[in-house]
Amino acid sequence: MTTAADTVAAGDLGPLTTGDGTPLKTALARATRRARLKALFLVAPLLLFVIVTFAVPIGQMLYLSIYNPVFSDNMPRLSSWLRDHDVAQVPGEDAFKALVLDLTEARANRTHAQVGTRINYERTGATSLFKSTARKIKRIKGPPYKDQLLALNEEWGDLHLWTVMARAASPHTAAFYAQALDLSYDAEGDIVRAPENRRIYGHLFLRTLFLSALIAGLCLILGYPAAHLLASLPLKYSNLLMVLVLLPFWTSLLVRTTSWITLLQSQGVLNDMLVSLGVLGDDGRLQLMYNQWGTVIAMTHIMLPFMILPLYSVMKTVPKDFVRAARSLGAGPVTAFLRVYLPQTVPGIGAGVLLVFIISVGYYITPALVGGSSGQLISNQIAFHMLQSLNWGLAAALGALLLGGVILLYWLYDRLVGVDNMKLG
Amino acid sequence: MAMPPHATTFERIWRRLYLAFCAGVFLFLIAPIIVIVPLSFNAEPYFTFTRDMLALDPDGFSLRWYDRLLTYGMTAPDAVRDGAWWADAWANSQWIHAAKNSFIIGISSTLIATGLGTLAALGLSRPEMPFRRAVMALLISPMIVPMIISATGLFFFYSKAGLAHTYVGIVLAHAMLGIPFVIITVTATLAGFDRSLIHAAASLGASPVTTFRKVILPLILPGVISGALFAFVTSFDEVVVVLFVASYDQQTIPLQMWNGIREQISPTILAAATILILFSIALLTTLELLRRRTERLRGLSG
Repeated sequence: MTTAADTVAAGDLGPLTTGDGTPLKTALARATRRARLKALFLVAPLLLFVIVTFAVPIGQMLYLSIYNPVFSDNMPRLSSWLRDHDVAQVPGEDAFKALVLDLTEARANRTHAQVGTRINYERTGATSLFKSTARKIKRIKGPPYKDQLLALNEEWGDLHLWTVMARAASPHTAAFYAQALDLSYDAEGDIVRAPENRRIYGHLFLRTLFLSALIAGLCLILGYPAAHLLASLPLKYSNLLMVLVLLPFWTSLLVRTTSWITLLQSQGVLNDMLVSLGVLGDDGRLQLMYNQWGTVIAMTHIMLPFMILPLYSVMKTVPKDFVRAARSLGAGPVTAFLRVYLPQTVPGIGAGVLLVFIISVGYYITPALVGGSSGQLISNQIAFHMLQSLNWGLAAALGALLLGGVILLYWLYDRLVGVDNMKLG
Repeated sequence: MAMPPHATTFERIWRRLYLAFCAGVFLFLIAPIIVIVPLSFNAEPYFTFTRDMLALDPDGFSLRWYDRLLTYGMTAPDAVRDGAWWADAWANSQWIHAAKNSFIIGISSTLIATGLGTLAALGLSRPEMPFRRAVMALLISPMIVPMIISATGLFFFYSKAGLAHTYVGIVLAHAMLGIPFVIITVTATLAGFDRSLIHAAASLGASPVTTFRKVILPLILPGVISGALFAFVTSFDEVVVVLFVASYDQQTIPLQMWNGIREQISPTILAAATILILFSIALLTTLELLRRRTERLRGLSG
């Protein structure tokens, strides 16, 4: 509110107003608000679309990594007993009664196998235990339940089984993350490292990181000189060479993977060439595929344009005079390169390396086709648990860890390069 | 770029090495793609050059894999090639079925991605846009999030929403994957856009819609088209989502190739690959023409 006193204090002019007498400040605020709404209004449909078709599905999927109600839903009596009691030893008659009643019901609903599978994630052999017990459950007529059940299968008297069931009684679980991190619960319910022969995922994550770093490194070594040549040649020639970078970039991934299978097979073009040149004997054909080599070679080829393009766009902006000036001031070619040229191309190196690394870490198709078993990455394991072993909780937990890593890298990319500055083709 | 006359021997050798290395890199980039083109004309069911092929003997070459590409899945592939045979091919050939699907899905998802993406890019490029960075990061994330994670999420979501095994589901998923490319290319074009043109149009009495149609759209069209091409190629080349949520009805070319590579690998795939290479050359040419047009327009306005 502007009072007459303020007007006097501000001087004789009074506050500035628009034609209809609104103070300029208010009018400006209103116009800004309208402009903001307009901008938001244009973005809103897409934002809504991406949230519905992308953010929500991924969020729901990730929730599966901590939420698995299979046991608590299908074994309600036992779950509630287990939630109310502390399982320090094999429980008594009440718990066994709940178990028998729940298992009878689960058998009628044909859910006993699912329940067994859920326990099997943490204790091998549980699937068959649940199946065989459910098959014979009708033999148990009445109390006492505990002795009859133990007579059916003495495994029911194992404390570890009960601690696993006690954890599964809550629909929220950290078990999948524990498994994804190669941790397991021991008989007392404490978290320990999994036995050495069952540590799979830590190794796989490390391999994924190592192979992605190797691919990014190879791309940098191959891409840097190539980008430099493209940036230093006259446009007439560089445009021609650029086609050699852009054509692979635009060619279907599966076409490129097919090409590499054709080339790398033990009966393929490359081996045939080496044999006919006499470099290799016919029985000494190289196994270039269905192992880590396959993944590294094919993925380096697929990622190389993602390295060359950002490097090229940075190198184009580096003035040639700087290196010439350094040389004329007496710097040797190596010094001129290391101290003058290289530092100016660091943004391009950062962009290329990060981009290649981010894409490689989550790669699925090429490793699945040419990686064999030793060239598989973490994505392949996620797909395996999704489509074959059907351990969705573990797939989601592995996915969440991968996603966390990628988001971290993406954040770094955004800080260093800026997503708006991403160059495409 | 020749060496200056005062270059030392060491520099000359170094230069040679550098050029040879670059030649090797460019060969590495292009050779694998080129090598399968002649192999697709192999008369034998091998993935390697036969003696006849190397001797350029016409008997070493044949179109049989292209023929197989056409006839695979037909009810009567050996019938006389009359109208009925072609009708059979159009209806039953697996690769034609896949190609039809790829185009239907690709074009529909491109239309959605380009429409929504262009609108959003217009909003994002306004200086008043609130939370610009965060929104941009969210809209671009489908490109960054590993495909396997997006596909897994959609797998669960679609099975609950009844969109699994439907065209609608795949079109929506592919539109989502194409959006980042539209956003990036259109925002880049808008960055060089002179906003005073909008004010000029408005002061001359043009409505916002007219301004968009007559002033903004013609100037950003090259960016929109190249974004659309990126979105189309993304859909045309996508296999993970299709693998997770499509049924046989929605089989696309990449899925057909994926299955071919995993199961009955035959040079038919090389024939398909060769056709796809021709297709990408056509795309690349279109994009290059667009780029030149943008540069010309920039030259005019700048």
